[in-house]
Amino acid sequence: MATPSTLDRRTFLKVTAAAGGGLIVGGYLPDLDGARTTAEAAGLFEPNVWVKIGADDSVTIVLSQLEMGQGVMTSMPMLLAEELDADWARIKTEWAPADPRFGNPNFGGVQLTAGSNSVRGMWKILRESGATARAMLVAAAAQTWSVPANSLTTEKGEVVHKATNRRVKYGALADKAAALPVPKGVTLKAPKDFKIIGQSLPRLDIPEKVNGKAEFGLDVQRPGMLIARIVKCPVFGGKVASFNADKAKAVPGVRNVVAIGSGVAVVADNYWAASKGAQVLEVTWDEGKLATLNSADITKQYAQLAAQPGKIARNEGDTDAAIKGAAKSFERVYEAPFLAHATMEPMNCTADVRPDRCEVWVPTQGQTASHQAAIAASGLPADKVKIYTTYLGGGFGRRGEADFVTDAVESAKAAGKPVKVVWTREDDMRHDYYRPVTYARMWAATDAAGKPVAFKMRMVQQSLMKRLGSLPPNGVDFISLEGAATLPYDIPNIRVEYTETDPGIPYGFWRSVGASVTGFVVEGFIDELAAAAGEDAFEFRRARLSRHPRHKAVLELVAEKSGWGKPLAQGHARGIALLECFGTIVGQVAEVSVTNGAVKVHKVWCAVDTGWVISPDTIKAQMEGGTIYGLTAALKGEITIQSGRVVQRHFNDYQMIRHNEAPEIETHIVASAEAPGGIGEPSTAVAAGALVNAIAAATGKRIYKLPIRAEQLRGTA
Amino acid sequence: MVSLTVNGKQYDVDVALDMPLLWAIRDTIGLTGTKFGCGLAQCGACTVHLDGQPIRSCMTPVSSVGAKKVTTIEGISPTTSHALQVAWIAEQVPQCGYCQSGQLMSAAALLAKNPKPTDADIDAAMSGNICRCGTYQRIRRAIHRAAQA
Ligand code: FES
Ligand code: FES
Repeated sequence: MATPSTLDRRTFLKVTAAAGGGLIVGGYLPDLDGARTTAEAAGLFEPNVWVKIGADDSVTIVLSQLEMGQGVMTSMPMLLAEELDADWARIKTEWAPADPRFGNPNFGGVQLTAGSNSVRGMWKILRESGATARAMLVAAAAQTWSVPANSLTTEKGEVVHKATNRRVKYGALADKAAALPVPKGVTLKAPKDFKIIGQSLPRLDIPEKVNGKAEFGLDVQRPGMLIARIVKCPVFGGKVASFNADKAKAVPGVRNVVAIGSGVAVVADNYWAASKGAQVLEVTWDEGKLATLNSADITKQYAQLAAQPGKIARNEGDTDAAIKGAAKSFERVYEAPFLAHATMEPMNCTADVRPDRCEVWVPTQGQTASHQAAIAASGLPADKVKIYTTYLGGGFGRRGEADFVTDAVESAKAAGKPVKVVWTREDDMRHDYYRPVTYARMWAATDAAGKPVAFKMRMVQQSLMKRLGSLPPNGVDFISLEGAATLPYDIPNIRVEYTETDPGIPYGFWRSVGASVTGFVVEGFIDELAAAAGEDAFEFRRARLSRHPRHKAVLELVAEKSGWGKPLAQGHARGIALLECFGTIVGQVAEVSVTNGAVKVHKVWCAVDTGWVISPDTIKAQMEGGTIYGLTAALKGEITIQSGRVVQRHFNDYQMIRHNEAPEIETHIVASAEAPGGIGEPSTAVAAGALVNAIAAATGKRIYKLPIRAEQLRGTA
Repeated sequence: MVSLTVNGKQYDVDVALDMPLLWAIRDTIGLTGTKFGCGLAQCGACTVHLDGQPIRSCMTPVSSVGAKKVTTIEGISPTTSHALQVAWIAEQVPQCGYCQSGQLMSAAALLAKNPKPTDADIDAAMSGNICRCGTYQRIRRAIHRAAQA
């Protein structure tokens, strides 16, 4: 997301002696322009602490960005450890509490792991914290040995005086360093001096993810804890009219049946009893005003809106005149469905609410959002509400919400005991905040030779920016349009329009967000333009990137590595796509074949320019996982609405790519000195584009509507 | 009261007879390495071994287990040194990690009866295990690596 960075704001540093001896370095975050959270307003503004160096030489790095598989538990410490010249083997980590001092500057100080913003938001703070700590340790050694600080070097957790061959471990200097003044400014290392950054160090979370020890939210155990299932109205916006708990309470092990904000909580000794109780609970719903809404109604309404001009996101030249005066023009309609996140670990949260305190254990992407939800649901002041985070069994944007926290705090408050709320897969599928449905009209005009002279796009979608606050005054949602308004190609007339509407289905941030749609729509349409111009899909793009050398380099790399233009096995074809999103440029080539309508993806090549790289292997892993996520959506993903309810319930009707369908994915990284971009999402965005273009190459059939159905392709190849 | 043998240890658990083994293992015995993903035998997150056979514990009532030996992820190696665990770390397989206990248990059952599986064998044995993070190609590499160890 192109949120303004606060990275270059003044950071005040504070050092305190740690209890038991040690050095703690952190930064006070200055005022964040009205982005203060409730907790801040309640006067909790304390020093913010990123690193603790123990007298035992341990280096503990505090993590505010949460681990959901994207590798932040390792990449964040690498940033700090690099500047500290720490001994990587001595690095320990601990999770930050919900506390505005640990906020991500890219979110105005809110603690949130989203929008591929962990490295982008945190790299400067963490490197500066490491460099500051290092400078103070060096100063402490200089004092001890009565030598100039500039005669000292550091390596692997030691300060070294080469002239006299003396060395001292950081732990031995910690107390002395803590008493020293904080240096005014620190110089960060030049990339050529990196020892830790740029290496594929083994991820710190992986060992406990292969032996069952890693603690996810669902694994939280508290003394005397009960388990709750929440029965929710199947219709969005519906409410409990009345319920009869007799049958549910008759299930052995069921302790309590209580109405909460989102439905009825069945609280029991264990999951199985709660589940059986939930199944026999009798609830009469007031289904509310969405009870007659169907997906077809939404499409119809969007199509009507798309008949009218939208708000202007980008306008170069005169597209309408160019289309009117062109030798040829054509129009296409693209559609993309609602999508569920379907994290592998269903939503859950554990809470313990007492008259004077509330504790919450939660797999969340947003400590701040969870904290605020728990404060609201418990009615307790901010400083009495504690959030403890666990590993996340997938996030993909779903766990930036806090509905499950509200469920747990309300249930625990009613029970007077610790309660773990466990959603079923069906609850999870039917009560998500879906990737918004999209209807887009696309127009193009070409000259007599078939070369493009105009590109026009009009997108209708629920506004993602409204989920964060509001639309800007121009009414354009730049999050929804990421990858579209930034179309990089040289086309003389470009116009991009946006129309907001909201049919009332809950929607939100789904891995790669707006770009999850534009990667398909824009790159699919550009490919059709290339075909109309009679040009090769790669050469067409390459010839029109005169203002974007980084894009061009990525495109060329992926074409080279994929053997673009070289002969293929019988029936195979390649498709290419290129997209910039989250500050990263990704090019992809997909190789597919289509048999009787069934698409087989044989291999995907990725080239990526994401600025300077912390861990190449993590980049590769994210390219792989993100591509599978995007292909899954394009080939299988669709949430449909019938009578205000989600039709899909499980993994049989909301299917996933599995082992037997997963293509090999090969990633190539462009060496770059640019500031780091995000890596968790871009490959998801571009996957559908490369895929539909490969399908067009294989079958001659363009895909305008996702997911791709065999019926669309039968008889084509 | 049901008697279960899990990872070589006997547990007498006082639970409903129709309770799936998954919840007895997780909620009652307290071994949380085995995961809940769907409850309908559609995802494989809950895979454990019953006398060495991979089963979906989310749809296996405790009453049907009898004297059969249950092995969970916690039971395949006390020191995280099973060839597959070593290979999983070497290939840096897990992302979120939530599916990985199930993946490892399915892979362990595969290697036990087929020490040198082909890609097709891996597809056949592993396709019941979903990984939403998309770690499939690393899992495949790790299985081949373990098979060569
Ligand atoms: S939880 Fe058993 S297969 Fe999904
Ligand atoms: S690693 Fe996340 S679901 Fe497999």
